[in-house]
Amino acid sequence: MHFAQGLKMAFKSIRSNKLRSILTMLGVIIGVGSVIALVGIGQGTSKQIEEQVQSLGTNLLTVNILGRGVTSTLAYEEAVQFAGIEGVEYAAPYNSNNATLKYGTAGAGVNVIGTNADYFPLRGYELAAGRFITQIDLDFHQKVAVLGSATAEELFGSENPVGEYVRINGVRYKVVGLLAEKGSSALGSNDELAVIPLTTAERMFRSKGVRSVYIQAESMDALDAVQAEVEARLAKIFRNGDDAYRVFNQADMLETAASVSGTLSLALGGIAGISLLVGGIGIMNIMLVSVTERTREIGIRKAIGAKKRDILMQFLIESVTISALGGLLGVGLGLAAGRAVSSLVKIDVVHSADMIALSMGFSILIGVVFGMYPANKAANLKPIDALRFE
Amino acid sequence: MMDGKTERPLVRVEQVSKEYAMGGEVLKALNGVSLTVGYGEFVAIIGPSGSGKSTLMNILGCLDTPTSGKYWLEGEEVSRLPENRLAEIRNRKIGFIFQNFNLLPKLTALENVELPLIYRGMKGAERRERAMEALRKVGLADRTRHRPAELSGGQQQRVAIARALAGSPPVLLGDEPTGALDSKTSGEVMELMLELNREGHTIILITHNMDVADQAKRIVRIADGVLDEGGGAACISPRD
Ligand SMILES: Nc1ncnc2c1ncn2[C@@H]1O[C@H](COP(=O)(O)OP(=O)(O)OP(=O)(O)O)[C@@H](O)[C@H]1O
Ligand SMILES: [Mg+2]
Repeated sequence: MHFAQGLKMAFKSIRSNKLRSILTMLGVIIGVGSVIALVGIGQGTSKQIEEQVQSLGTNLLTVNILGRGVTSTLAYEEAVQFAGIEGVEYAAPYNSNNATLKYGTAGAGVNVIGTNADYFPLRGYELAAGRFITQIDLDFHQKVAVLGSATAEELFGSENPVGEYVRINGVRYKVVGLLAEKGSSALGSNDELAVIPLTTAERMFRSKGVRSVYIQAESMDALDAVQAEVEARLAKIFRNGDDAYRVFNQADMLETAASVSGTLSLALGGIAGISLLVGGIGIMNIMLVSVTERTREIGIRKAIGAKKRDILMQFLIESVTISALGGLLGVGLGLAAGRAVSSLVKIDVVHSADMIALSMGFSILIGVVFGMYPANKAANLKPIDALRFE
Repeated sequence: MMDGKTERPLVRVEQVSKEYAMGGEVLKALNGVSLTVGYGEFVAIIGPSGSGKSTLMNILGCLDTPTSGKYWLEGEEVSRLPENRLAEIRNRKIGFIFQNFNLLPKLTALENVELPLIYRGMKGAERRERAMEALRKVGLADRTRHRPAELSGGQQQRVAIARALAGSPPVLLGDEPTGALDSKTSGEVMELMLELNREGHTIILITHNMDVADQAKRIVRIADGVLDEGGGAACISPRD
């Protein structure tokens, strides 16, 4: 018997038992569908995180001061020294505080960043109007601010804010610059902020020292040497313990992101495995019932010359067709669910062809594995016993 | 026709027994049966219920194997062959017609008739042609797309005969092929069988009906698993 014939028979039998076939497929449909959707969401999210980490600027080191031990802060003067290290392009110490901005009657709660001039090129901000914060602003504790585009729009509408005055927690600041829109990322909006000189921020929020420093190396190659030097200097400053600070580099962050998405994938793989196993058992169950129900049919087929292999093929093709069809519908369901989620929650959903091929392959495998036993049972029936079966 | 010793017979069964173990006791459904059937014969097997007719027929049709004894089909000893070879023999050499038709309910008449040819590996166009020809022969050329449930009993049995004929096997076996039909349709089906025999097909069938048996050229009686050809066919059935 030819394969095409077996396929035709399988479709005939599936069509003549539509409801049962669909119920049988349901396990595989749901299994594959959820895998495709969840993995798509997982991959989309980790891609977004990766892009976010990369958009912080390549060759980036982040120093976080945790404030433990005897010496608990890093002075601004010490932090800017990092800029002098061989291979460093920018060093931007910064503090961030939540504060209320007011312009006339309009108000907004935003993140106020106290930093220096290096912050803007390092974070990739560009100007829409006015100027950035400069070193002179820091030296003279100027009360000047640069506004993010979203913050500016909230307070000023479509008016140009440059030259106007805003109140930050009640203190008057002159708006000297407006940042171009940067868009949002997985970590939040990049346009809802106000930037002021670090020295001014220290006074205003009564916090001496900086909490974080961004350091950008000139190149990826220089990064390791820069990190070693930064860590050496920090060790000298925080003599009583290295748990007072943390230095992250780009590679660390990417690694963390990768390990998170790796764990996620593993968990999803587990869910996939379990649901497909359940689907497979469903198929086996139905195929066993089907073999019993069709014992006479098997007897008739054998009586007119079907070989063991023909019957085996017939039932195996049937179970594989059911599982493959289930897989196909599952892929469709997963893609649709992914699209629905991405349009509802604004998460990127990334489907990889590999994943789709893998789950299709797995569905087919399920059909073979769980169809084998019933098919074998049918093929081994003796023709005379099968014919006598009522 | 009767001198099967000189030319190779179509069917030769020698000392065939079939035993069933029933709760410690051994039941001998067939007890040393010997039978020879030549090409072109029309043999009717008659006997009381439970005498072993179906048991013998199933062995002749290679659906079952004997406990002991030998069976040659066209010169090949088939009683000990592996299941796969038997399937091939059933497919090519035997056309089995059942009392209850045994058609596949979900297939059309044409598809049912095609089935043995599918298992033979025959390609589409030739297969359909052969199946159509078989259906024409049994007078059902206009019922090819009907399913068994849409056919009368006699028509269903004729489809089953067409299925048995389609592969042009050397022998047609019928286990009470008219047993489920009323006397009128059963007469029609018998007429078809006789016609097929006149065309050269060898036919062996079981029947309870003496009218049916009388139309055969040769009658074999069986009782308690023992064959008795006493009197021979000629004196009972003086046809041809
Ligand atoms: N699978 C079996 N297991 C045990 N005994 C069996 C089996 N098949 C048949 N027999 C016994 O073998 C004997 C012959 O059975 P068989 O079916 O050949 O009778 P038969 O001549 O065809 O009868 P009928 O005219 O009623 O169809 C019976 O006594 C029956 O009980
Ligand atoms: Mg019987």
